[in-house]
Amino acid sequence: MATTATTANSPVTAAARPAGHKWWIWLMVLLLALLPLLGGKTGLISNYGFLQLSLMIVYAIAVLGLILLTGFNGQISLGHGAFFAVGAYTSAVLIDQASWPYWATLPVAAIVCFLVGYIFGMPALRLEGHYLALATFALAVAVPQFLKYRHFEWFTNGVQGINIFKPDPPFGLPLSADQWMYLIVLFVAVLMFWIARNLLDSRAGRAMMAIRDHSMAASTMGVNVAHYKTVVFGISALYTGVAGALHAIIFEFVAPDSFRFELSIAILVGAVVGGIASLPGAVIGGIFVQVIDKYADALTKKLTTAVSLPLDLEPWTIYGIALILLMYVMPMGIAGGLTALWRKLRGS
Amino acid sequence: MTFLDRRTLLAGSGAIALALALSPASAQKKYDEGATDTEIKIGNTNPYSGNASAYGNIGKTIDAFFKKVNDDGGINGRKINFISYDDGYSPPKAVEMVRKLVEEDKVLFLFNTLGTPSNTAIHKYMNQKKVPQLFVATGASKWGNPKEFHWTMGWQPDYATEGAIYAKHILSNVKDPKIGILMQNDDYGKDYLNGFKQGLGKDNEKLIVELATYEVTDPTVDSQMIQLKNSGANVFFNITTPKFAAQAIKKAAEIGWKPVHYLNNVSSSFGAVFKPAGIEASQGIILALYRKDPADPQWANSPDIAAWKAFMAKYMPQADLRDDSHNYGYSVANTMVEVLKNCGDNLTRENVMKQAASLKGYEAPMLLPGIKINTSSTDYYPIQAVRLARVNGESFELFGEVQSNENPSQ
Repeated sequence: MATTATTANSPVTAAARPAGHKWWIWLMVLLLALLPLLGGKTGLISNYGFLQLSLMIVYAIAVLGLILLTGFNGQISLGHGAFFAVGAYTSAVLIDQASWPYWATLPVAAIVCFLVGYIFGMPALRLEGHYLALATFALAVAVPQFLKYRHFEWFTNGVQGINIFKPDPPFGLPLSADQWMYLIVLFVAVLMFWIARNLLDSRAGRAMMAIRDHSMAASTMGVNVAHYKTVVFGISALYTGVAGALHAIIFEFVAPDSFRFELSIAILVGAVVGGIASLPGAVIGGIFVQVIDKYADALTKKLTTAVSLPLDLEPWTIYGIALILLMYVMPMGIAGGLTALWRKLRGS
Repeated sequence: MTFLDRRTLLAGSGAIALALALSPASAQKKYDEGATDTEIKIGNTNPYSGNASAYGNIGKTIDAFFKKVNDDGGINGRKINFISYDDGYSPPKAVEMVRKLVEEDKVLFLFNTLGTPSNTAIHKYMNQKKVPQLFVATGASKWGNPKEFHWTMGWQPDYATEGAIYAKHILSNVKDPKIGILMQNDDYGKDYLNGFKQGLGKDNEKLIVELATYEVTDPTVDSQMIQLKNSGANVFFNITTPKFAAQAIKKAAEIGWKPVHYLNNVSSSFGAVFKPAGIEASQGIILALYRKDPADPQWANSPDIAAWKAFMAKYMPQADLRDDSHNYGYSVANTMVEVLKNCGDNLTRENVMKQAASLKGYEAPMLLPGIKINTSSTDYYPIQAVRLARVNGESFELFGEVQSNENPSQ
């Protein structure tokens, strides 16, 4: 199912990033980078607001990891929450136990997650489609249990989790800790998206997409399918793992409960809603994960009282309705839907 | 940059001017964020969804009670604005919601946030931010550590105190005790055990002949029960959560082990423990209670029970009165209102903490007669007394005096 959907999506992707629009993206990034000065100083955006923005960016990176794997390589994963957890714990344990500076833990988390993804990708290669989905799902279910395992408790701190403290901005910069971390997260995200873009535009990226579209044809053309699939699995895990590490640092807390399998589902939903084979889709997906997924409950409540409905809506009602509507109205995700709309408007 | 600096300067001098203008008025009334002439903002998290959502009734009861307080005119003329978010009993969600409460909603303090894991997750944050985390809904003993955590305070008897009370009761009532213990292997279990050992005293620790533990993930405690029986123990201290408590009681009856059975307050539930284990097998089990059971006929005429019933009938007409959460929430919310009354017009965070730590002989509604709340700047354990009760038929039969672990100098 996913294969046909993504195949249909690929021309859209190419159209989504024409070269002429580049300045527009960089302007956006610049504006976002100036946000602590504009919104923070005037008090328009609270520190909690910056935490929310940072979390959106973090989830965007995580969704990007899955999009590279599923959207551009055709492998389905229901277990990316596991890599998110590994990245988060790598970072938290290094800061908590070994007193590492937070920035130094990011490359370590990246390497660890790449290795975990690569090693997990090897046997998983024999599994296709639904079977791979199930195997990764098992991983997502297992990881929280591992983190609670009593013989690991000396460094994971069991169910209680690990508290770490957010670093203060260096050089006496006139920023709050949340604003500083927002800039760090934004910088890492821009770097990761830039790398992803270049990867997809390269020979390797074309090979990835060829495998997605028709793996037998790709292998006839001389693409080493097994090698590509495992490496892409590793890279995908790396992206999501870095997101996890950033999450641990800005959130100042990790616990097995943060990484239940619902997180994997949330990342997948974010990818599908955003646009499974589109880089802007990852950004939209990240925003969706943070806003809708986390606040569906509060939204439902507010809506119930606003229109004074006589019935008690279940917390996830809004979430469900939003998903169904989106899938009907924009089957290729929000990014795909917007591009289609844009082309329609320009065509007429 | 210069532009921004000038901006900051302007804003700063404006703020100073404003502060100067306001200072005469604020000489008597003192406020921190979250308190004004008309309002006191209180934050809370509760599990309204998820596996532990049954506890959510505590939050609903507190909310209803604060509505009643507001309807009656508020506290010193100020209305309570109670903001309670769902954390689904998940520590990370609690962290996020608490950050929202403190940084965006700007509450004066947090009250009765629920669950040991969630409160542990926000413990350091609250103390770093110097925002009170008052009367938390968990019995771990770590909440009473004012030296390191000035801004956090528990409410209910802590597990260690309760453990010590059982130990003292054993020493004075059981002849030649040999004690077997079944314990859940985590912070909660260890808390009970440490208090129990303290109550026994160093010399008597050898009376513990067997200590069996289980993990929350274990399917049963059958083998531990056989092990305990074979140790020859004649006293059984049962530190288990409801599911395992029921298993242990049932198994003891099956293998014909009849020790003097002490069960922790955590499992003082007929619905979840004694009925599944078998009422017959549960007879005579001793445990500690600190609140009145509203269904107990001997309290039918006591004014606090009557007031509670009237409150429930008016503000929560749909509620199940046998749910202990309503009883608990009413009692703890009353304690909070008492503290706020004592704060007068000085609603700074420091003063809220100070008043919370200055309760002397306060008898919160629903507490058993003789149990009083005492706190001080070094005593962050509000309720430290319980009364022992034993299972008799399908209810509890209170016996003996109020048992206290309170420091006698207070």
